Amino acid sequence: MDKILEIKSLTKEFKEFTAVKDVTFDVEEGGFFSILGPSGCGKTTLLRMISGFIEQSKGDILIRGESMNGIPPEKRPVNIVFQSLALFPMMNVRENVAFGLKRQKLKKSEVADRVADMLARVSLQGFENKKVTELSGGQRQRVAIARSLVMKPSILLLDEPLGALDRKLREHMKIELKLLQKELGTTFIYITHDQSEALVMSDKVAVMNKGRFEQIDTPRNLYKNPKTAFVAGFVGESNRLELKSKEGDFITTKDGWKLERPGLDFTPEVLYIRPEAFILSPAQDLTDISKFEVKIKTILFDGSNTKVAAIESTSGAEVLISLPQNARFENLEEGDTVEVGINYDNLKCY
Amino acid sequence: MKKLAISSVAIATLLAGSLYAGNGTLRLITWKGYAPKALVKKFEKETGIKVKVTYSNNEEMIAKLRATRGGGFDLAQPSVDRISFVQKKFHIYHAIDYSKVNTNQITTAMVKAAKKISGVDGKVYSVPYIYGTTGMIVNKKLAPGANDWSDLWNPKYAGKISYRLKRPILIGAAFGMGYNPFALYSDKAAYKKLIEKVTKKLIASKKYVKTYWTSGDTQKAVITSGDVVVESGWDAIGWQVHDKNPNIDFICPKSGALGWIDTFAIPAKSKNIKAAYKWINFILQPKNAAYVTNQSSYMTVSKDAPKYFNDKIKTDFKRSYSQKDIDNIKWYDALPSGFAAIEAKALDKIKAAQ
Amino acid sequence: MENKKSFNITFYLLIIPVLLWLIILIVLPHIDLLISSFQSDSDAGGKVFTLEHYAAFFQSKIYWLTFVNTAAYAIGITILAFIVTFPVAFYLTKVISKKYSSFLALLLLIPLWVGELVTVYGWMIILGDHGVINEFLIYIGLIDKPINMLYTNFSMSIGLLYISMLFMVVPVMSTLESLDDSLIEAASDLGATKWTIFTKIIIPYSMPGITSGGIIVFMLVIGDYVAPDILGGKSSLWFTEQIYNEFLSTFNWGEGAAFGFLLLMISSSIIWLALKLTGQKLEKVGS
Repeated sequence: MDKILEIKSLTKEFKEFTAVKDVTFDVEEGGFFSILGPSGCGKTTLLRMISGFIEQSKGDILIRGESMNGIPPEKRPVNIVFQSLALFPMMNVRENVAFGLKRQKLKKSEVADRVADMLARVSLQGFENKKVTELSGGQRQRVAIARSLVMKPSILLLDEPLGALDRKLREHMKIELKLLQKELGTTFIYITHDQSEALVMSDKVAVMNKGRFEQIDTPRNLYKNPKTAFVAGFVGESNRLELKSKEGDFITTKDGWKLERPGLDFTPEVLYIRPEAFILSPAQDLTDISKFEVKIKTILFDGSNTKVAAIESTSGAEVLISLPQNARFENLEEGDTVEVGINYDNLKCY
Repeated sequence: MKKLAISSVAIATLLAGSLYAGNGTLRLITWKGYAPKALVKKFEKETGIKVKVTYSNNEEMIAKLRATRGGGFDLAQPSVDRISFVQKKFHIYHAIDYSKVNTNQITTAMVKAAKKISGVDGKVYSVPYIYGTTGMIVNKKLAPGANDWSDLWNPKYAGKISYRLKRPILIGAAFGMGYNPFALYSDKAAYKKLIEKVTKKLIASKKYVKTYWTSGDTQKAVITSGDVVVESGWDAIGWQVHDKNPNIDFICPKSGALGWIDTFAIPAKSKNIKAAYKWINFILQPKNAAYVTNQSSYMTVSKDAPKYFNDKIKTDFKRSYSQKDIDNIKWYDALPSGFAAIEAKALDKIKAAQ
Repeated sequence: MENKKSFNITFYLLIIPVLLWLIILIVLPHIDLLISSFQSDSDAGGKVFTLEHYAAFFQSKIYWLTFVNTAAYAIGITILAFIVTFPVAFYLTKVISKKYSSFLALLLLIPLWVGELVTVYGWMIILGDHGVINEFLIYIGLIDKPINMLYTNFSMSIGLLYISMLFMVVPVMSTLESLDDSLIEAASDLGATKWTIFTKIIIPYSMPGITSGGIIVFMLVIGDYVAPDILGGKSSLWFTEQIYNEFLSTFNWGEGAAFGFLLLMISSSIIWLALKLTGQKLEKVGS
């Protein structure tokens, strides 16, 4: 597929600090690309450079191979959906969506057709004459997206547009947004600090921290093989254990928990283990697996997401372990001692 | 909550009470400079009566007394010519009991004038206090020849002329045009015609006027700044400006300065008539009266006060008034009722003219 | 039940002082004026009902001409106040940082602290024939004779503008403060030019503030007395001066009262008309 956006060594320096440091990446045509990071990591600055509201200190932005240097926001083939949505409160739904088209001096009938078509796509027929202040959160969301999409941008930038919605609506909008993007085929660049939004919707996710990209990967790879400690900790849930030493194939945590972990060619400082990496009562014939005993401290029931807090017998280190909801472990109780194992690969050391 | 209501009623009563003067207070409504602080203190010490002074001018004084039907003040100081028509229509003053006034200390001619001008149905409504004239204030260096009312429409001083667009300019202009408006006070129709002529004149010459001044302060400001070289004005103001710029001085117009007398009049609802008479007799004592004149340059009617005048007043007076000028002063007579409306219409017309 | 009753008593006790204030200080004097505007002295010395005071306004060219002139200037100054202050309000709320803007906004209020009379005299010093501007222009040789600025409709308008424009700045600033910057960015992102953003987004958004500022400025200017009296020229006509004269020079209180009510009614109608034309609602403007 063609590259629609190329970012080359992009840097933004403010007076006191550098918000974006030497960031390079490509986005493919029709992709759903997310930039995931904690607040203050520089993702919004990056987005505003792409949209043209601020100018980069160094580096290049190319859209369809064309440099965007010196091109003002209103001339760039990108549109943005703001975190606050930024709907025009004094206009109704139709006027909001038609705003951009009117600026292009199109024929009235064409504007009307395109607006009607777009409103149909986001299921807002019949709301044309409503004031935007009279709409629900989800409807306002869709107006904001429609207003940008009607411009047929090469790239649609979305700046945490779901942030203001309540949880249930957010879950719903995630799926709706993904389906809409698939249907339209427009390239989306989506900014969020919510890993679930990024993982569910995106084709590719860039994890950003302190102005740098830590890793760009598919959601699955990001989860399975985080390349840095930050990614491991930020994406998905993990048990984080600081390490004290490494002797041969064994590593020891600060608590004194000794685990077998062959194949390390460096001395790691920290260990991440996902809750679902623990295998309860592993079969004896499994290989490449580190085994030990834990005592169940308490069971945290949460349906399919149930976990147990357990204490490793030799060191007293506390870990969270996913508890599959099947008949096999139904009788597990607090105080029980269980044997568990972890595949070497799932002991992520950094 | 009830307490709050009661206390707010109590506060309201208190407020009302403080507006109501007790026996020991004299509420005086007067002009600036007419009741100097030092004399107020002296009076309070001598008599034990507290004096509350409110500053005002003829128009406001009369409007206030009219609104309260003669209440709110114990003693007022309107100009002598503004008393009788107001009294006839609104009955806002007490007649003066001249047996209580120490007339020995007042110039006889002034008492006579006050009695004549402010008399209504055989009763007298004022005691004279201060007199002065409206004439012209001239910058002698920049307008050496200016010496009459008619110079207020002299093209020589185009753009550097000012006067107040009020009654005195209509009268002054009439004299400057060679008429005597006071002689027509008995003939309303003739007076109206004369005022129409004056109006025409002032409209035709409006293009020469820099501005119409509106108060003693603006009168001073326009001539001291040099924006204006000839203006109508008051003697005391002219002398005040002269102190700062010797080129500027008050002069009596050739066809006569307009003489006014400010008086004491007792409002109909005065709560302390006794104190009012005490104040009148006190402030007209020669030394006290001289103090007022020395302070403000306004001329007192107190007979023996000139003995105590300072040199500045004496020289100011001599410089501006020759005996001929004094004889030629046109004293305002009581304005007959209905004439004010004629003048007001004329003034509106002049103001509106382009 | 008991509770509700005691609440009612408290409520009435609280509202009594307000009502007393309104009735004694505002309603009663106005009623008195209204009555005297319909009264004139009969030959027998009593009062009779009459419409002559109102008729006088429409019959005498000077009066209604003065009113039309006053209203026209008031409208013009209101528009001017908007043009002059909007960039200031925009700059203070949207361009410079919050830290300085509240300080600068405070500075803007200084003319209010010193009072109208003082600011008006200040303008006399600036605009006079021998004032700051003329002396400066003569000094740099641009002119050799002073330009006549003081005591003209020009100086009067400047004075009126100066004392009233703050009342435009404050409400406009408060609406602009609530304007989310991303609205401006969104418009720009959708291809709007700076002019379009200004006319289609910023102005419509701040319309409630502009309207309430406009009403205040208009009422303030049309009812002002000091600036027209002192800065106004020899031909500057101002309706309040007319009213003042009716009360204080002519002692024609009936006519003065009638003119006062005409001023109130006609200026209210002008505001009503302006609200209609701009599609604003008074309730919205007030909030």
